[in-house]
Amino acid sequence: MPVATETKEAVEKLGQSTYKWGFETDIEMDLAPKGLNEDIIRLISSRKEEPGWMLEWRLAAFRTWQSMEDPKWAKVSYPPIDYQDIHYYAAPRSKAGPKSLDEVDPALLKTYEKLGIPLHEQALLAGVEPGEGERLPVAVDAVFDSVSVATTFRKTLAEAGVIFCPISEAIREHPDLVRRYLGSVVPAGDNFYSALNSAVFTDGSFVYVPKGVRCPMELSTYFRINARNTGQFERTLIVVEEGASVSYLEGCTAPMRDENQLHAAVVELVAMDDASIKYSTVQNWYPGDEEGRGGIYNFVTKRGACRGARSKISWTQVETGSAITWKYPSCILQGEGSVGEFYSVAVTNNCQQADTGTKMIHLGRNTRSTIIAKTISAGRSDSTYRGLVRVQPKASGARNFTQCDSLLIGDKCGAHTVPYIECRNMAARVEHEATTSKISEDQLFYCRQRGLSEEDAVGLIVNGFCRDVLKELPMEFAVEAQKLLQISLEGSVG
Amino acid sequence: MSQFLEISGLNARIDADGQEKQILRGVDLSIPPGEVHVIMGPNGSGKSTLSYVLAGREDYEVTAGSVLFKGQDLLAMAPEERAAAGLFLAFQSPVELPGVNNANFLRTAVNAVRRARGQEELDAVAFLKLAREAAKTLSMAPDMLKRNVNVGFSGGEKKRNEVLQMTLLQPSFAILDETDSGLDVDALRVVAEGVNRLRAPTFSALVITHHQKLLDYLVPDRIHVMARGRIILSGGPELARQIDQEGYAKFLSEAA
Repeated sequence: MPVATETKEAVEKLGQSTYKWGFETDIEMDLAPKGLNEDIIRLISSRKEEPGWMLEWRLAAFRTWQSMEDPKWAKVSYPPIDYQDIHYYAAPRSKAGPKSLDEVDPALLKTYEKLGIPLHEQALLAGVEPGEGERLPVAVDAVFDSVSVATTFRKTLAEAGVIFCPISEAIREHPDLVRRYLGSVVPAGDNFYSALNSAVFTDGSFVYVPKGVRCPMELSTYFRINARNTGQFERTLIVVEEGASVSYLEGCTAPMRDENQLHAAVVELVAMDDASIKYSTVQNWYPGDEEGRGGIYNFVTKRGACRGARSKISWTQVETGSAITWKYPSCILQGEGSVGEFYSVAVTNNCQQADTGTKMIHLGRNTRSTIIAKTISAGRSDSTYRGLVRVQPKASGARNFTQCDSLLIGDKCGAHTVPYIECRNMAARVEHEATTSKISEDQLFYCRQRGLSEEDAVGLIVNGFCRDVLKELPMEFAVEAQKLLQISLEGSVG
Repeated sequence: MSQFLEISGLNARIDADGQEKQILRGVDLSIPPGEVHVIMGPNGSGKSTLSYVLAGREDYEVTAGSVLFKGQDLLAMAPEERAAAGLFLAFQSPVELPGVNNANFLRTAVNAVRRARGQEELDAVAFLKLAREAAKTLSMAPDMLKRNVNVGFSGGEKKRNEVLQMTLLQPSFAILDETDSGLDVDALRVVAEGVNRLRAPTFSALVITHHQKLLDYLVPDRIHVMARGRIILSGGPELARQIDQEGYAKFLSEAA
C-alpha cells in the first residue's frame, strides 16, 4: 500500500519559512492495521523476529499500560488521544534487512539527503584523519518510522569494540546485554507513556561501549516520522562500562500534517564507574501550523543512571519543535561523586506548548548536579520549566545548582517555572536562580541601527540568551541549532 | 552639489504613558558633505529625540516635515536600511546584549551593511585582524572583543566600543549623541580622534554635546543651538565657546 499524498513540490509551495522539513517520501510501506491489542504486539514482535522473552516483556508492559491513565499534571492541554486510532507499526517495504547503503531504497536515501544527514561521509570512510578541533566523524543510525535503515561506521566502531546498532538487532544479536539493562532505568510501568512504549516500541538505537573505551566518534540517530497516523515509539538504550565514554546526538524531524501524531520514546542510559555519557538532542518535530493544527505530541521519558562512582551523564537539548512537548531527561546519581547535568533550550512559538525540565535524584555521597534551562516563548505559546531536585538522606555533600531563565517575545505568550526541591540531607547544598525577561525595544533598535534586520537581531539576542547551553553542544551541531532557533522564531516580532 | 542631509520642518512626538508629547517642533537643518556640525542646547530641548528620529526609532511619530539623506527620503527607510545607506548613531546609553560576543556582533553588523552596500563579506580571520587594529588605535583592552556586547563595560569602555563600531562600519554620516559625557580627557581625545580619522569630503557628522572640551579636539564647521524642539540659532565654532562661558540663558531669552 503506497502511502503518499503530498509531493515535495506541493510542500515547497507552502514556503520554506514555515517548516523546512515538511516533505513526505513516496515509498512502499508495510503498515499494521490501526489499533492496539495483544495481536498487534505479537505482530510487531514477530516482524522483528524477537525471542520469546521479549514478547512476554512487551505483553506484561501492555497489561500494565491498560491499567494506567495518561498523566494530567503537566501544564499542557490537548483533546483526548484515541489510542485505537493509531498505526503501531509502519515499515518501509523491502526484502531482507539492508546489508549496506547500496541496498537501501534510493528514495529513502534521498529523504536523508534532504535532511542533510551525512550518510555518505566518504572522505571520512576513506580514513581521512581529522585534525585537532576539526569536525569529528559522526556515525548515524537513521530511524525511518519504525525501522532502522542504515547504520554507518559500524565497522570502525566494531574495531573499537563499540556496539552501535538498531535495538531490534541488538535484541537478536546481544540478548544478554539487552535483557540485563532494558527497563532497568525506566521500568515499563514507570509512567503511562513508558508502558505504552515498552509494549509497542518498534525500533531505536542500542549502544554498548566496553570498559576503558572512548568511543572514537560522535554517534547520531536521526528520527523521522513519515507515514500518516503512525506513532513513533523508539527505544534507545546506551550502556557505558567502567572508564568508557560516548557522545550521542539525536535529531528529529517529521512531515507536515493536519492531524496530530504521537511520539512516545524511551531513552535509558547506564554509566558505570568513571564512565561518561553526553546525550544531545536537537528536536524540531513539526510544531503544527500557526493556528495550532497538526504537529507532533512528543511525550518522552529519558533517564540516565549514574550507577558507578564518579560517573557522569550530561543531557543537552535544544527543543524547537512539536505541538506539545512533555519531557524530563533525568539523572539518578547513585555512584559516589557522580555528576548529572541538564542543559536545555526550549523554544515555543505560535500555539506550541512545552512542559519540560529535568529530575536530579541524588542518592550517593558527594553527587553533583547542574541544571541550566533557557525557555523562549513567542506567539501565543506556553512554556513551562518543571524540575525536581531530590537529595536523599545518604547523599551527604550533594550539591545542585539550578538556573532557569525565561525570555518572552511579544505579549501573548507565557513562561512558567515550577521547581521542586526536596532535600533530606542537611549536609547538601541546593541553589536555585530564576529570571524572566523580554527582548527590549532598546536591544532590537540598537542591533537594527547597526544594520541587522529585525529577525537577525532577534536571532542574535536569542542565541546570546542561550549561549550557556549551546556551548555544551558538539561543535557541528551547535551551528545547526543556532540556525534552528532563528527559523523557529521567524515572524515572531513586528 | 545638493545638500548631504536636509531636514525641513521636522515635527515629531512620542506617546508617553498614554499622553502625546510633542518634542520636535519644526527642525530645519542642512549639513553639507564633509562637514562636522554640532548641536548644543539645554536638557529636554529635543537633541536626543532628533538623533533617534534620524536613526529610525519607531516610538517616535513624525507628524510633519521631511528628511532627505543623499537625496533619499530617510523617513521612509527602516533603521537597518538607514544603516546600510551610511547612517550611524553612537548611542548616549549603549545597550547591553548578554551572551552576544562583541566580535561576533561587530562582524554580523559589518557584514550585514557590506552585503546591503554590495560589498564582499569579510571572513572571520580578515574581520578579526581589522577589528584588532581598530581596537588598538582606540586604546581598547584586547579582551573587549571577546566580552559580551557592552555587558560589564565601564561608561568609558561603552563609549569607546561605540567609536569602534563606527570605525568598522565606515558610515558616511555619523550622529554622536553625547558620546563625550562622563569621559575623562584621554577618552575624550580617543573619541575625537575616532571621528577625525573618518573625516573626508564624503563624510559628515552631527555631534550632540554639552561641552566645549570635545570641540577643542574636533574642530567643527557649524554650531547649532536647539531649544524647545527647534534650532534657534546657528553660527561658527566661536558660538560654542560663547555658550561655554555664558550659558544658554542669554540665547534663549533672545530667541523667545
